[in-house]
Amino acid sequence: MEHEETTHAADAAHGAVTEELTHGTAVPSEGPIPLLQPAYFDNLIFWAVIALIAIYFILTRMALPRIGSTLATREGTISSDLAAAEAFRTQAREAQAAYDRAVAEARAEANRIAQQTRDQIQSELDAALAQADAQIDARAAEGARAVAGIQAQAQASVAEVARDTAREILRALGAQVDEAAVDRAVIARTGG
Amino acid sequence: MEETAHEAVGLTFHPLDQFQLSPLFGAGGADYNPWFFSLTNATLWMAISVLGIFLLFVTATRSRSIIPTRGQSVAELIYGFIRKMVDDVAGHDAGRFFPLILTLFLFILFTNFFGLLPMSFTATSHIAVTAVLGFGVFIFVTVLGFVLNGKKFLGLFWMTDAPLFLRPIIAVIELISYFVRPVSHSIRLAGNVMAGHTVIKVFAGFAQVAAISPFAILGVAAIYGIEILVAAIQAYVFTILTCVYLKDALHPGH
Repeated sequence: MEHEETTHAADAAHGAVTEELTHGTAVPSEGPIPLLQPAYFDNLIFWAVIALIAIYFILTRMALPRIGSTLATREGTISSDLAAAEAFRTQAREAQAAYDRAVAEARAEANRIAQQTRDQIQSELDAALAQADAQIDARAAEGARAVAGIQAQAQASVAEVARDTAREILRALGAQVDEAAVDRAVIARTGG
Repeated sequence: MEETAHEAVGLTFHPLDQFQLSPLFGAGGADYNPWFFSLTNATLWMAISVLGIFLLFVTATRSRSIIPTRGQSVAELIYGFIRKMVDDVAGHDAGRFFPLILTLFLFILFTNFFGLLPMSFTATSHIAVTAVLGFGVFIFVTVLGFVLNGKKFLGLFWMTDAPLFLRPIIAVIELISYFVRPVSHSIRLAGNVMAGHTVIKVFAGFAQVAAISPFAILGVAAIYGIEILVAAIQAYVFTILTCVYLKDALHPGH
């Protein structure tokens, strides 16, 4: 009953029954369920085989070579990129080492220069100190000499004054001026 | 089942009508008897599957990008998945059969998934279609086994590591199990797909009663979710069993 309804609905939807429907024998309405309907088998098998063949040719002629080559290219690119990255890493490591070496060398050089400068300054300072000491000594010696000279001169002057005074005293007393005796007396008293 | 439901509840249930063939041009019906070359809804939906495979595997991979586009990435994922399955299960020398196995997988996968669209037709629910796949694999594997190994292929049934008196008995059992393979192989797929689709229709039929329609619609949604799993899992199961059978043909000693 329901099958007939479906048929009528389909008829109404599609208009007229086509020529194709009249081919073959009609299946009784009380037949097996559609899944086991022998009338469908040849059609289903035919189109399934066609579909499988179509898929097989699409895959083998177009899709699989393309995907295979894409995957191979990708793998190649990835491995070459990885190799390049590894090379870059080695380079970077070498550059780092060179940089470290350069820094260490520069530091050593700087230390050396600083030490050298320090030494140079020290030696210059020492020389200047020595010179200054020598000058100070010279000045001091000169001063001492001058003082000694002045002292000697003063002593001489004292002796002269004492001799003159002694002579004048003797003369004023009317005594014979004995030069030699005066000198001895003055020297004895002044200690010089 | 259809009839009992019909009469007992007074509802109209047509859970199996979705499996009927109907002509693309002209009127069909329950007594439609197509020629083998007639353009039917089965033809249409298998063609849509082929078109879907073409779009995913040819159009989407057109750019051959090193960094894949979305479609290309999906195609490559499926390619790699089946490639690995063939290598792991059937052995490395099975690589030349990879296109065949991928063909089976894609046909089942796409037909199952397009069959989940409302108003569509699921070719893999028909035992006639799955039998083409199952018996195709069976015949191919058997012929290949004899071509590659000759009489040694029969070693598959003659267990040399079993006690001598047990060997004939095991051979009979093995022989039966071998010939049951294509049957179980094809019925498993058709049965799973058919059952899920039928249950969805039965739940949908209960939605005619207002009081239980929310539950019925929830049921439809739940079964639909399970069906999405089944669509993928059955394609996977069919393919991996094909690989197992292929391994028997390539290395019958194991």
